[in-house]
Amino acid sequence: MAHLTPTPVLEPGQDRTMILNMGPHHPSTHGVLRLILEIDGENIVRIMPDIGYLHTGIEKTCEAKFYQQVVPLTDRIDYLCPLTNNLCYVLAVEKLLGLEIPPKAQWMRVLLNELTRINSHLVWLGTHALDIGAMTVFLYCFREREDILRLFEMVSGQRMMTSYFRIGGLALEPPLGFFEKVQDFARRFPANVDEYENLLTGNPIWGMRTKGVARITAEDAVALGASGPTLRGSGVDFDLRRDMPYSGYENFKFKVPVSQDGDVFARYACRVAEMRESIAMVQQALDGMPQGPIKAVAPKVILPDREMMKTQMEALIYHFKIITEGFAVPAGEVYQAVESPRGEMGYYVVSDGTAKPYRVHMRAACLANLQLLPSMCEGRLLADVVAAIGSIDIVLGEIDR
Amino acid sequence: MALEPAITDLEQLKNHPAIAKLTAWNPAAVEGAKFDRDEITILVERSLIRDACILLRDDPDCPFNYLADITCVDWFPSEPRFEVVYHLLSIPNKERVRLKVRLEGSSPALDSVTPVWPSANYFEREVYDLFGVRFAGHPYLRRLLMPEDWEGHPLRKDYPVEGYR
Repeated sequence: MAHLTPTPVLEPGQDRTMILNMGPHHPSTHGVLRLILEIDGENIVRIMPDIGYLHTGIEKTCEAKFYQQVVPLTDRIDYLCPLTNNLCYVLAVEKLLGLEIPPKAQWMRVLLNELTRINSHLVWLGTHALDIGAMTVFLYCFREREDILRLFEMVSGQRMMTSYFRIGGLALEPPLGFFEKVQDFARRFPANVDEYENLLTGNPIWGMRTKGVARITAEDAVALGASGPTLRGSGVDFDLRRDMPYSGYENFKFKVPVSQDGDVFARYACRVAEMRESIAMVQQALDGMPQGPIKAVAPKVILPDREMMKTQMEALIYHFKIITEGFAVPAGEVYQAVESPRGEMGYYVVSDGTAKPYRVHMRAACLANLQLLPSMCEGRLLADVVAAIGSIDIVLGEIDR
Repeated sequence: MALEPAITDLEQLKNHPAIAKLTAWNPAAVEGAKFDRDEITILVERSLIRDACILLRDDPDCPFNYLADITCVDWFPSEPRFEVVYHLLSIPNKERVRLKVRLEGSSPALDSVTPVWPSANYFEREVYDLFGVRFAGHPYLRRLLMPEDWEGHPLRKDYPVEGYR
């Protein structure tokens, strides 16, 4: 955790800045983010984020677990998009193992990832609008979010900590009636996005609070490591799903929304357009969902089905061995990045040939995006800080890990 | 998709654009290279890392203009103990490269790349905090995640998982 560098002792009347603490328990900081603000009246002179209040040492914990035991830990990093984290980790380990994933599992992964993106953007939109003063959008967004969480519960048994993706495939076959429920949601949701846009996009108060606020140029955004909608809101057309596809994204048709203005409104517009693209991709996944197995053929890595385990001796042996001593992963290192709702989520996994990862490092999109905050806010008004924090969509669990 | 064996022979990899660029600039800069699982890793000499980064960032053919990540791996008890790992991304060319610098276990230090990419600020602070690797020229090298008065660097391998009791 940081402290301000000692400020020089000032003569009376020489300067009139003051230090103000914002957070760590401030509703608009979306978690336990502490900002140390140096303000001159209402104007920000300097801003320094202080993080680490939610540091749980997940990277250290991973080193003490078997590869398959790390999957539930990845849920807890970014609790708004657990499935994206699951996907990124399992892709990294599958790359280390050289596993081929069957098409149905890949399509299910894309479908659930796009639902996760909508889920995360709904929480962002609701809380961001609430911070700026639009109350109704929050209630609308959480109404639809509840539908998505029910879908997650249906498929994985958990609303938030899903752990549904496993190394080599999926945990379970999607239950009967799941695709009908998703279809129902995909049919309804575009009209819901219209509702949010009716409340906000043309709203003059929303425009005054967001247009021209917390502006960042494309050069600054790249230099400071921004990614995701924060980068695309500044006019950089880069999306990992399209430009470096993974998990079968190359089979999907979608547009990458880009805005040129680089302000809060541009990032808002990007995310809202992304929700529309995501629901279209969910529809594509439903229409083209392949049939077939949901797990790769790798008996030493993937747990056998319950029925096989109870009837076949070999399956029972593999089950026992995977549970008790894990599975060895060939030595090597892999960096796998996916486009999370917040930007580039990357897992760097190093294996030394044993059953436990030697090192797991998570590249958090929010940590890099948070570095933009001083450039966005310095020289502007205090009230704009709230809008700026909302617009970069931080999750402190991911920043502090 | 069976695993191909890793290529570690520098002679075979010298035509990779990033390696060719670095060896043409300074043959001593590249200590080794590896091509494994479709990812290229370049081992860079410790004192040349900042200049190597500037060179790769400003390369007109394939500008690695985006620093995705910096992290570290502790290979305790073997020496050189630390590997600082840089993941570079070229947004125009959609390519990645991994740079590595090896450091000795006693007072590990190397040049900061914050002058090259300001985004290195938090990444280097995190590595300093959790591994105790010092970055010379960093504008504000203080602990990032752990409390200011914490003793030790938790991600080192000789630091127990449950902490010191």
